[in-house]
Amino acid sequence: MLTYALRRLMMLPIVLFALSLMIFALQMSLSPTQRLAAYAPSPDYLKGGQESIRRMIEQYGLNDPFYIQYGRWIGGVLTGNLGWSETARQPVSTALMSLFPATLELVVLAFIPCLLLAVFLGSRAGIHLNRWPDHVIRIFTILGWSFPVYVFGLLMLLVFYSALDWFPPGRLSQWAQTTVSSGNFVRYTGANTVDSILNGNWAIFVDSLRHLAAPVITLTYVNVASMTRVMRTSMLETLRQDYVRTARAKGLPRRVVELKHARRNALLPVATIAGMEFAVMMGGVVITETIFDYAGLGQFAAKTAANLDFPAVLGFGLYFAVVLVLMNLIVDLIYPLLDPRVKTQ
Amino acid sequence: MKFLRYLARNPVSLLGVVILLAFVLIAIFAPMLAPPQSFQLSPYDTPRAGFLATPMPPSRDALFGTTQGQYDIFYGVVWGTRTAFKIGLGVVAISVLIGTVIGAVAAYYGGLVEEVLMRIVDVFMAVPFLIAAMVLTALLGKGIWPITIALTTFGWMSYARIVRSEILRIREMDYIHAARAYGASDLRLIVLHILPNAMFPVLVLATMATGSMVLSASALSFLGVGTEEGYADWGQFIAYSRNWIVGQPGNPFQFWYTLAFPGAAVFLFVLSWNLVGDALRDMLDPRHSH
Repeated sequence: MLTYALRRLMMLPIVLFALSLMIFALQMSLSPTQRLAAYAPSPDYLKGGQESIRRMIEQYGLNDPFYIQYGRWIGGVLTGNLGWSETARQPVSTALMSLFPATLELVVLAFIPCLLLAVFLGSRAGIHLNRWPDHVIRIFTILGWSFPVYVFGLLMLLVFYSALDWFPPGRLSQWAQTTVSSGNFVRYTGANTVDSILNGNWAIFVDSLRHLAAPVITLTYVNVASMTRVMRTSMLETLRQDYVRTARAKGLPRRVVELKHARRNALLPVATIAGMEFAVMMGGVVITETIFDYAGLGQFAAKTAANLDFPAVLGFGLYFAVVLVLMNLIVDLIYPLLDPRVKTQ
Repeated sequence: MKFLRYLARNPVSLLGVVILLAFVLIAIFAPMLAPPQSFQLSPYDTPRAGFLATPMPPSRDALFGTTQGQYDIFYGVVWGTRTAFKIGLGVVAISVLIGTVIGAVAAYYGGLVEEVLMRIVDVFMAVPFLIAAMVLTALLGKGIWPITIALTTFGWMSYARIVRSEILRIREMDYIHAARAYGASDLRLIVLHILPNAMFPVLVLATMATGSMVLSASALSFLGVGTEEGYADWGQFIAYSRNWIVGQPGNPFQFWYTLAFPGAAVFLFVLSWNLVGDALRDMLDPRHSH
């Protein structure tokens, strides 16, 4: 198992290398002047005329061959310097680290109800195969699957912000933001809900929850469908096993067999899917964060992509790949704990 | 025949087919449903009834109302159907082609070739799909082709994986051994005997993906890197509605029509593809339903 994990980890640098090479190649398709514009702190910087532009291209080495520029970037990455993000007006690493807690907070809050709901609905559907709970749940999942996130999110805004004014967009209200930024509020984790509890400030806790509610509901609704489907299929598979029939034959009540014997084993494939979904969500919930103006990794990544802010895109790409590979690895390592059969193989 | 009999027993799947056919008809008869005016350079440029920013509610002139910039929503929804088919089918067709070739080559040659190709698949799988597509579209410029290229570049991998594993599975079946014993060449085996049998799972995946690729394309437009201003594209119209979704005080639902019509179009389109794909999968693997 350990050698397996190590081999998987050794793949990571190769994936990161190939990935960064690919994004870097995209960047190099821009002309040196265009790439210079990404470095320029302000448009005035480029007003110095052709001569100064040429000088700066020279100065930053934007005319150097591909491998030299790539080597320079890699050298920076290895010393922890991911470059400067023009979109964030911060170093890329600083921007990513400051936004990470916001996305983590949102994803964890959405992931828990999503998982519970999927397990509940999926096993229900499996138990009542082709009867009305199954039909209702099937229609619900396929509707959820087909509902565009941005339409659902806009509907949430329309109802819960515009009409009811319960869940405003953003991360915090103006007054709360002022408090949080002031020196009296200690930022332990960067996640507003956790920090407000640690600071004992309940008003801010409530305010951050009000801002989280709409994106959390949106994310839950959008992601619950695929997990429910997997749970349903897996439940059907398990209920067909011989040991389930044996348990029923020896006289155990149906409920006990379904919920204790079958559902537990049916959870296995869900663990894999759930791990993957968590990783993908941690890689930025681009549309949801954009709609609700929630300053997290996804909104940031979308802005940098639209602005062709390549240092940030590269940094985000590396972060995404690391999260994905690590999450895969964690799922693989947890698997033998859930399913002892895997260990013996 | 098998498909028809399945539909007769599954009204929900039948509904999917009906919606899909309706969209096909709308796409075909778009020039009659929403005739372009003579001064339009392209039928995909949505006509506008002036330059006022504020959307106008449905009226006799504009059945679904007008959105930001007075673009006619009915016209956009009708011609947007063609855009959706173009992007969805285009992306999926090219992706299937690329994926099939790479998957088949990997499975056929095996060894180092397979290792390298599948590692390339792994690398592409580790790319954040939407962000990467955004970057590529932003580089290539606005329009249908940049979107199609971007979504294809980062969306072909699952086909390669399926085709490869199907070929590996089928290759060991008896009828293949029999064909080989008769002296069939490798190419003949792959193209005539193996691929046709490997294609059904690909078809299921492709059907489902057509819907989700249209979702992604609309998402690109929604995030501001998709089609040109005023292009008949559902995502673009939903993007316009975003600025108006919060109505005026006292009248929160004032601009409902800016979201409702293009939103319903995307939703129904994706729904119909998913229902059809679901039906195909059930037929492939009957254990999943009955």
